[in-house]
Amino acid sequence: MASTTDSGNEARGYSYGELMVAAAAREVADHELVFVGMRLPMLAFLVARRTHATSAVGLFENGLIRETPSTELLYTMADPPNLLHATQCGQMSDVMGLLQQGRVDLGFLGAAEVDRFGNLNTTWGYRHKEMQRLPGSGGACDIACLARRTVVLLAHERGRLCERVGYITSPGYGIGNGWRRSQGLPQNSGPSAIITTLGVLRFGSDGEAYLASVHPGISVEEVLANTGWTLRVADELTETPAPTDAELDVMRAIDPNHFWTR
Amino acid sequence: MTAAAPSSKLMTMREAIAQHVPSGSMVLMGAQMEQMIPFAAGHEIIRQSRRDLTLVGPISDILFDQLIGAGCASRVMAAWIGNVSAGVAYCFRRAVEQGIPRRLETVDYSNFTMAMALHAAALGVPFLPTYSTLGSDLLKKNGNLREFSSPVSEEKLVAVRALRPDVAIIHVQRADADGNAHIWGSLGVAVDGIRAARKTIVVAEEIVAPNVIASDPNRTLVPGFLVAAVVHEPGGAHPSPVQGYYGRDHACFSQYHEQTRRLEGFEDWLTHWVVQLADRAAYRKQLGSARLQGLAVKNHAFSAPADFGY
Repeated sequence: MASTTDSGNEARGYSYGELMVAAAAREVADHELVFVGMRLPMLAFLVARRTHATSAVGLFENGLIRETPSTELLYTMADPPNLLHATQCGQMSDVMGLLQQGRVDLGFLGAAEVDRFGNLNTTWGYRHKEMQRLPGSGGACDIACLARRTVVLLAHERGRLCERVGYITSPGYGIGNGWRRSQGLPQNSGPSAIITTLGVLRFGSDGEAYLASVHPGISVEEVLANTGWTLRVADELTETPAPTDAELDVMRAIDPNHFWTR
Repeated sequence: MTAAAPSSKLMTMREAIAQHVPSGSMVLMGAQMEQMIPFAAGHEIIRQSRRDLTLVGPISDILFDQLIGAGCASRVMAAWIGNVSAGVAYCFRRAVEQGIPRRLETVDYSNFTMAMALHAAALGVPFLPTYSTLGSDLLKKNGNLREFSSPVSEEKLVAVRALRPDVAIIHVQRADADGNAHIWGSLGVAVDGIRAARKTIVVAEEIVAPNVIASDPNRTLVPGFLVAAVVHEPGGAHPSPVQGYYGRDHACFSQYHEQTRRLEGFEDWLTHWVVQLADRAAYRKQLGSARLQGLAVKNHAFSAPADFGY
C-alpha cells in the first residue's frame, strides 16, 4: 500500500480499502451476472446486492452460483457459509461456460501488476532486482479473456502500475485498440476500470488507461508520481465519491475487524 | 463360500498410497478447489517419500506447496499455486526460483483450461477448443495450449490438450466399500477429474451401506467401478472444509504462511505435522479434540429428501 493509505482513516471515517469496495460495488449494475472472486470483490458484490443491484447474480470459479450473498465473512469462495442456500453448486465448467458464452457482464480481478493497456501479471514479479514467482492465473486469465467488462483492484504503487507487464497472465488491451480482436478475443470484452488505493482509472477508445477520479484527500500529482508511465488525466477529472453510510454498514456488518479492508 | 468376500478396495491410507501412487505418477488433487482437499493423502505421500510426481489441479491451496517443499514433485500443472487466504506459497517459490529442495517444472494453466484438459480426457478426445488464454503468455509458454483456426468458422481458437492423470485422489463426504460416493458442495473439476484419471482413490469421511448411496444416485458423483481404493479417513481434509462435516481452519492457513516463510520454518512444520506422525489418527490427536470440536457443524442444514419412487 502507498503510505498515504495508512493515515487519516479516522479523520475520513473510512479506510481506502472500504472506499475501493464501495467503488467496486458501483461498477455492478442491477440484474448483471458477476464473476465475484474473493477479498475486496466479495465484499463489493455483497454491498452491491444490498444497495443498488438487488438482482445481481454472483458466479464463483468453483462452480457456485449465488443470488443471496453469504452473511458471514468468507476467507475462500468454498467456505461452507458460501455454499449454504446457494442458487446452485455446480462444476467449474458450468460457470466458465456461461463466461465463454458471453453471458457474464462483469468480472473482478486482483493483480500484482497492471500496465497502461490493462494487461495483468500475476505469474512473475520483479522485486529487488530478482524474479519472484507469483501464484499464477487461477481463473483470472479466463475472466480477462471472456467477461464483457473486467474491473481490476490493486494497491497504487509505481512498481505495480507499470508501462508494460513482464508477463501477460490476463490480457487487457494488449498494445492498444484493435489488439484484442487481432488475438481472436471476443468482441465487447476487456477491462473497464482499475480501482486503486489512490483513484479510479478508465480506458479510452484507444485502449489506454487514464485517470478518471482521485480519491478524497489524494492529489493528481500523487497519483502521477506513483504510476509507472505518463498517465493521462481526464479533462473532467472527478473525486471518487466517499462510501455512503449504507455501504459502510453492509461491509462492516460482515467484516467488523477489517480483515479484507484494512 | 457363502459369506460375501470383504471388499478389496477398502484399505488404509498407507496401503492406498503404497499401491496406487508410485514415484513418477501424475496425481490429480484439489479437484474441489478450496473444499475437500485431500491433505491426509498428501501427507502420506510425503511419509512414503514419493519422488518426481507431477501434481495436477486447478488450485491446491497449500497442499501442493507442502508436497513441493517435501521434495515429492518435479512438475506442477496448475492454474494457481499459493495460500488462498494468506497469499503466496513459499515452498513453491523456493523450488521455482532457487531449486530448493529440487528443481520444479511449472506448466501454467488457467482454471478453465485445466477444467477443459480434464473434460477432454473425460470425453475421450485429444483436445477441446476455447477462446480463453488468447493473447496471454500462458498460451505462449504452455505447450498443451495450441492456437488453431476453427474448421467451422473464421476464428482463432485454443486447443487444450487432454490431460490424463495416473490417479485422482478425491475427498468425499460418504462412500460405500466399493467406492460409489456422494459428494455435495463445491464440485470444481471433480466430476471430470475422476473420469479423466486412469484410476481414483476415494477418501471418505464416512463409509456407509451401499443402499445409502443408491438412495440418491444424482448425488453419486463417483461411480465405484472407476475407484481403485477406498480409504476411511475422518478429518482427512483438514484444514480445508468438508460441507456438513467441518469448517475451514483459517488459523492453520495463516500459521502455515508465517511459519514457512523461511526454509527452516517449513522443515520444522514438516517434521511436526507430517514426518513424525504415523498416520492421520496421530494428526487428529495432535490437533486435539477441542480444535476439531471448534470446527464441527454448529447448525445442521439438511436438504429435503428427493422421492425416487414410482
